[in-house]
Amino acid sequence: MRVLFLAAACTSVLAVALICVFLFANGIPAMLEIGLPDFLFGQKWKPTNDLYGILPFILGSVYVTAGSVVIGVPLALLTAVFLAFYCPKRLYPALKAMINLMAGIPSVVYGFFGLILIVPLMRELTGRDGSTMLTASILLGIMILPTVTGVVEPALRSVPPQYYEGSLALGATHERSVFFTVLPAARSGVIAGIVLGIGRSIGETMAVIMVAGNQTWMPQGLLKGVRTMTTNIVMEMGYAADLHREALIATGVVLFVFILIINLCVSALKRRTAYE
Amino acid sequence: MSKRIRNLWKNHPLSALVSLLVWGAALLVTALLVFLVGFIAVKGVRHLSPELFALNYTTDNVSLMPALLNTLIITVIALLIAVPLGIFAAVYLAEYAKKGSRIVRLIRVTTETLQGIPSILYGLFGLLFFSTALKWGYSLLAGSVTLVIMILPLVIRTTEEALLGVPDAYREASFGLGAGKLRTIFCVVLPAAIPGILSGVILATGRIVGETAALLYPAGTVANIGKGKLLNLFRSGRSLAVHMYVLSTEGLYMEQAYATAVVLLVLVLILNAVSTFCARRLMKRQGQSERSELF
Repeated sequence: MRVLFLAAACTSVLAVALICVFLFANGIPAMLEIGLPDFLFGQKWKPTNDLYGILPFILGSVYVTAGSVVIGVPLALLTAVFLAFYCPKRLYPALKAMINLMAGIPSVVYGFFGLILIVPLMRELTGRDGSTMLTASILLGIMILPTVTGVVEPALRSVPPQYYEGSLALGATHERSVFFTVLPAARSGVIAGIVLGIGRSIGETMAVIMVAGNQTWMPQGLLKGVRTMTTNIVMEMGYAADLHREALIATGVVLFVFILIINLCVSALKRRTAYE
Repeated sequence: MSKRIRNLWKNHPLSALVSLLVWGAALLVTALLVFLVGFIAVKGVRHLSPELFALNYTTDNVSLMPALLNTLIITVIALLIAVPLGIFAAVYLAEYAKKGSRIVRLIRVTTETLQGIPSILYGLFGLLFFSTALKWGYSLLAGSVTLVIMILPLVIRTTEEALLGVPDAYREASFGLGAGKLRTIFCVVLPAAIPGILSGVILATGRIVGETAALLYPAGTVANIGKGKLLNLFRSGRSLAVHMYVLSTEGLYMEQAYATAVVLLVLVLILNAVSTFCARRLMKRQGQSERSELF
């Protein structure tokens, strides 16, 4: 039986190995055929003319993710502080359940919400197309909020209460103690939460595809449409063939490398938190 | 209370401002969620009609019933595979493994990696491996097995936590009565951990129900179920979430998309509530067991 349990535990090892092998084996030949610099730094994606440059999508992913961090993280941090230090005991279970629900809402539903509400709103406000980088950033900011809050709140709680009490005893107010003593002490957890949020944001597909416009040109500004790596795969995988199809898989490989780097950061930060 | 606030404002304006920000953020988040759910519910409920639950999908009647049935089939298959696998893996990690051994570290690293992989990459992998390499084509089976890999880390982690939460006294008592390791695990430890495991499984179900990107390619987007083919696992079929994505991007059936959103939201709400309920029962029981140890 022990062997059976071990075998079951090893499925995740097998799964990661298979994912790596199949993504890389299908993606790397295309990268080499297109030429790595042309693929990664090419500014034009025109499959009909055999131009496969994914720089617009890499930048699109980076910009949209950065936007979501700017919008979502401050809100998430404040919410985590509220849950840990401000929330009346009676309110806590309800609020916690709410954050969990927010994490559980499917991304298509978020996307739909963006499509029927935020996009028309942006159209009203700017007088132009509503499917923009800003729209996607706002929506993703909302979506990563529960992720970030979920990591930061326990990190805040794990700071020894002496820090807070010591600060109070020195005459600092409640707010000053929380923000200048406890929050800095929990910084590894805070950063881990933010990095995790970045991972969520860069990998999100369905919500982005519904609100971002998906134009293949280089990102041209906050109020212009944008296409990310994830949405590039979904948009064209349905009809792509040959090199075009492989180029899409190669886009997935680039995304995978981004995710692996982010994962590494998260686990390194977690280990540091554990040591502290 | 208001006096305290006034004093705070006078003596420590910065603190008062920060305090305001924190309360404001909490209010804003609450308002956002209530608005999101409320908006979709209010606009969607009136588009719910009996015809939407007709067995057949036609261009006149964009029924969501086939998609709902597909979702059910995909969920059942994925759970049938992922739950035993996840529980066994967690049993190994919690009950057998030596802490810090090489293989355990490897398992942990890979499980964490799986957890961070976005669903579109699972979809891509499912397409390349299950649909293409194993020649399953666009099929419910390929979609389900793709989701197995996706939810496996969640099941492993929650089960492991539940197992670790079972007090050692249970194990010792079982050993003391002469039970072997295997009997102890299956008859004592696992039953005690059931609420925790269940809460994880239900959370996983929620992820399956809401998943789109990982299903879009391995499972395809065929809207109708052919006659007598309901349980044919090698047919392509869209789940409810995929159905909703297709409807809202086509833009022809927005009313039905609203209604589908409501159905999806209700499903997720129910699953979430049940999961929370299970987790709370687990905590309560553990609290009780600690108390009984005191007496």
